[in-house]
Amino acid sequence: MITEHDLTNSLVRSVATNADDISRLHDRLAAAAEADGLLEVAYRTIDTPVGSLLLAATELGLVRVAYANEDHEVVLQALADQISPRILHSAQRLDETARELDEYFARRRHSFDIALDWRLSKGFRSDVLHALPGIGYGHTASYGTVAQLAGNPKAVRAVGSACATNPLPVIVPCHRVVRSDGAMGGYLGGVEAKRLLLDLEAAA
Amino acid sequence: MARKPTFEVLVGTHGDTVLRVCRAVVGHADADDAWSETFLSAMRAYPHLQADANIEAWLVTIAHRKAVDIIRKTARVATPMAVPPDINVVADQGEVGHNPDLADALQRLPPKQRQAVAYHYLAGLPYTEVAAIMGGNPAAARRAAADAIASLRRSIPSNAIKK
Repeated sequence: MITEHDLTNSLVRSVATNADDISRLHDRLAAAAEADGLLEVAYRTIDTPVGSLLLAATELGLVRVAYANEDHEVVLQALADQISPRILHSAQRLDETARELDEYFARRRHSFDIALDWRLSKGFRSDVLHALPGIGYGHTASYGTVAQLAGNPKAVRAVGSACATNPLPVIVPCHRVVRSDGAMGGYLGGVEAKRLLLDLEAAA
Repeated sequence: MARKPTFEVLVGTHGDTVLRVCRAVVGHADADDAWSETFLSAMRAYPHLQADANIEAWLVTIAHRKAVDIIRKTARVATPMAVPPDINVVADQGEVGHNPDLADALQRLPPKQRQAVAYHYLAGLPYTEVAAIMGGNPAAARRAAADAIASLRRSIPSNAIKK
């Protein structure tokens, strides 16, 4: 006689799923959500010389780039809190960004040509970040110079905090902002990453 | 305040259970569609869900409504299909972890019995929750699940159950 326990165990096995089933259905869901305008944030990660980068985009454009040291899970939860919990892993919306970053790290690209969603930066910090693409590839500028560019020469410390909270590092080049005495200064992705990016641009 | 996880986390945490439930209730052939419609509806409603809601019960409730639609549709167009002979061959070979005879027997049960079994035994929901999803009272839900287990037991030879 079959026990209820054996029968229910066997029942569970009879509908057993595997990782491929879920992965296939997940991708189908992401495509359907995109088509229905429900995918408010799509994300993927890419491997780069400065480690794994998280890329996240709304329908307006790239909204967040995060280094591994920020903890990608924490960053995704913050995006859920700040923008919307309708977030799925979906590579397609970020294909162009990933391609341009590959070219950048291969020294074949000096500027980025992708739509940006600036909603995560506000006020003067946003003014600072908008001024940064004015520092050309392979060049650096001091915090003081950037304060001037952003329209408030006295706000040197605010430039520092704008760079430290840049939601779009690498793409918005806060790594090109250095101290006026020539020292490199800090970086949200770690000083090694800053060194690598400046060396990469200097070598091109 | 409770924070809402990303929908990606929801799919990762509950996608598997919902697929098992869909397979049990509508069968393997329609399970993918039921799963997809469930999660798409859930994603639409998710921002409005209370942050402290029982997410699994909520997903199973949506899956139930999608399954009822699918069962209604297939009942209108389809005639029951004979079991293809190769399924029995696979069963005789004792494929690990899968029992097509049992999956097939499950699909021959009345929908209410399949639902009660799926929501209680596969989703792990208590009968109060199962009754809330299916309508009716917890005693009726418990009876439907017990009837299902009894018929499955009768329809399966004891040597077909692998421990």
